Amino acid sequence: MESSADLVAAEDVLLFVHAAITSTGQREFHSGAQEQQLSLDFLHAYVRINYRPLYAASLALDINDHNAALIVRGLLETAGEATAQERRAEGRLIAARLARLPAPRVYRLFRALRAAKVNNRRTRAIVRDWLAARPDPALDAVKYRAGLKCAARHAHLPLTGGRGGERKDGDGELGDFLFAPGRRTRFATPLLDAWRRAHYEQGALYELPFTVAEGFASKHGIGRRAFLERIAPRMTRLERLRVQESARAHRAEVPTDLRGMPLTRLASYVLGLSLDDRAARRAELTGALRAAARRTAGAQAGTWGRVAAVLDDSFSTTGSRQKRRRPLATALACHFLLEALAECYLPRWTSGRQDALLAYPYGPTPLGMRLLEALEDAPERLVIVSDGWDNAPPGLAGEVLRIWRTRLDPEHRTSVVHLNPVYDAEDFAVRRLAAAVPTAGVRNAEDLPALVQLARFAEGRTGLAELRAHLDDRVRQFLAEKTDEAGVTV
Amino acid sequence: MSRLDLSGLTVRPAQVWGAVRLVPLVRAEPVAGLRLHRELYEDGPATVRADGRTTYSTTYLPHGFVADWTGDGSPAAAYGSQLTEGRGPVACAPLHFPRKLAQKRRGKGRPSGGSSGSLRFLPLHLALDGYLALHFGGPSIVWEEWTRRAVYEGLTPRAERAYRGEAVPGLDDALRVFEIHPEQCGVLLYVADALAAAFVVPHPDDYRALHASLLQDLYGELLYHYALYGGPVPEFTTRITAEYINSLAQLRSAAERRQQEWADQHAGLMAGELLDESYDVREVYRMGRFRLSRFLPPFALHRTQHIGETITDEKGRVVYLKTFRLSEKQVRRGHVLHRLAAHEWHLGRTAEAMGITVEELARRIRRLGFEGLLKQHA
Repeated sequence: MESSADLVAAEDVLLFVHAAITSTGQREFHSGAQEQQLSLDFLHAYVRINYRPLYAASLALDINDHNAALIVRGLLETAGEATAQERRAEGRLIAARLARLPAPRVYRLFRALRAAKVNNRRTRAIVRDWLAARPDPALDAVKYRAGLKCAARHAHLPLTGGRGGERKDGDGELGDFLFAPGRRTRFATPLLDAWRRAHYEQGALYELPFTVAEGFASKHGIGRRAFLERIAPRMTRLERLRVQESARAHRAEVPTDLRGMPLTRLASYVLGLSLDDRAARRAELTGALRAAARRTAGAQAGTWGRVAAVLDDSFSTTGSRQKRRRPLATALACHFLLEALAECYLPRWTSGRQDALLAYPYGPTPLGMRLLEALEDAPERLVIVSDGWDNAPPGLAGEVLRIWRTRLDPEHRTSVVHLNPVYDAEDFAVRRLAAAVPTAGVRNAEDLPALVQLARFAEGRTGLAELRAHLDDRVRQFLAEKTDEAGVTV
Repeated sequence: MSRLDLSGLTVRPAQVWGAVRLVPLVRAEPVAGLRLHRELYEDGPATVRADGRTTYSTTYLPHGFVADWTGDGSPAAAYGSQLTEGRGPVACAPLHFPRKLAQKRRGKGRPSGGSSGSLRFLPLHLALDGYLALHFGGPSIVWEEWTRRAVYEGLTPRAERAYRGEAVPGLDDALRVFEIHPEQCGVLLYVADALAAAFVVPHPDDYRALHASLLQDLYGELLYHYALYGGPVPEFTTRITAEYINSLAQLRSAAERRQQEWADQHAGLMAGELLDESYDVREVYRMGRFRLSRFLPPFALHRTQHIGETITDEKGRVVYLKTFRLSEKQVRRGHVLHRLAAHEWHLGRTAEAMGITVEELARRIRRLGFEGLLKQHA
């Protein structure tokens, strides 16, 4: 028998995990950035102080990068509150998570640590180890110049030596490059020298990474079209996706393989296109989304049986200026992923439109009526993707789900799960539809299978012990996995 | 005296944000033959001229409406193209003379041969001017109590204060997060559950274009305070009794019943003060089969009342509507003016009819801000 304190603890931690999955401290449709940050900061402080081991363990879950960085920072800032054993466990988790974070995010974290004057021995060791594991220090020096400079200065890193004697920059070239670039007339490392030459030689900038070259291109007044075409081979996968529309506008050729893109990113890209473009490129876009969904589904493809989905495309899925159409993109990505997972898939958009590819945020949220329609299809699983603002009429969705659970389907023939892409700053949680239906936060549709697993805890009946076991399990997997995704893939 | 006929418009569930409750009104079919759109005037003070020669005053005009109509009832969507025409600031937008409040637009791409055209007017000013110029002419019989000014100049100029929508706390967010229904043609705006304004247009596209204009409308001081101090209003969430539900079909019919109940309750409980009142409607302008008119409430004391302007079709159904809620004091002013006019501005007889003394009536007239109209000894 679980004590009520344990139930509360489990609930608190889950609340935090779902918040950490969804919130990015940016403006949402219903709340401003400030509210989101304030609310999130409180949650972080609350969970860190009360459940420190669980707080650290949540680094192993699919929480978003913003919150991962906040947790790392929180743990390092308050290292004194942890026991030696806890600190060791935290250190491993932090190192593993940092290796998975995108480099700009890590450099920003180091800068925040410097601003917060966190400079204990452990922090310095973490910075040192992370930098030592970077595949190409010269690339970092060029691409994240300010970040690397700040990290090196903060952690007292000797940039000369200690980095393998066979390297050319072993003689302090990297240090000179960052702190005194005028000291040398030329650099032995090709990338560093390209950076030096790019100041006056247009051809040299095409040897640099895209983001750095972009600045030089503007300085040299190079036309956008010519620049994009020549720099294309130096772009990363996501950079290619990002400049697609810019390239199209300038009629530049930037080849990309849409099929290889991550599912939710791809959905965001599709929603950024005009409806005419989407209709004209229907086959290409649908094909790419399906391929991405199949890749994400992997071995689970086609194993979910009869799946119904209620997907929100009401006006509130516009998101905000910072998160443009993010909730709708998540819903669209879930749509294609569920299509791949299911044997028989029955989607329902709240607007009543059928064509998922041409989805756009419009109209109210009649979730209740759509749920009724979806339940009439007698699915084995029902997945709801919505921000939980049910307003036509308000509260009907909750009533339908409650009565369905208590009166019509008490033996759980249909499993229902609600995925919510928006963190509600006022409630310190993602908005729920009904107590009887588990709600989980979702950011990337790719995490959907894991979230459905996590959502079973959110029914409020599982205790702390079970949750702890689940977390331990995830932590073990997390630490065992190879961190092969680190670094920039060109 | 007649009532507002909102037939053809159905109520959908309200959306709540803080103290603001917005009730969408939906038309199954848009009204053919009339379109409204908005004309944005350049921000900042604009000079008002009556005829190009005389400049009367400088005023702030946030926006105006343009009504396009076709005489034969054919769809008027074609004139929507005027929306995209580049328009300069409007040189001529008379405010001060009731006869010029609605002004026909001259030479603006009117199709030849059809009995159609467009009319420009300033939203709510029509209604407000009707109220401000109430018994504008002043006394028709010269009783000795009345000052020379009242006799020669009437009651004007009168002034009332109002708040712009942007000043009403929380209204901007409420309008921003409101999810417009696809066929929505109107909205009832409640602040702390007091009806602040009703707004109806003929076509859903017009509504989408004009939704944000609610932020630039006028609201009474009372509503400003309600929005400032009135806490968040509760959402009327649907409740269904589980005991009698045995199948999905029953659940669906129960859900549909709730929707109907809400519509009925809303008409009776919440919008009753607007819909049940009978109004004194005065026609301002005729355009084809439509009439632009303004309406005044009976100015009964201690009752919430609204003034407004409306466009009705030949059957008297409301095609366009905009209302302004009067404050208690504004109702009292209208009431006293009404009673005075009814008794030919004779203080003694009016006081007798109202069951008070002449001194009391004179005191009331002064308290209501009409002091200048009375001679000192009265």
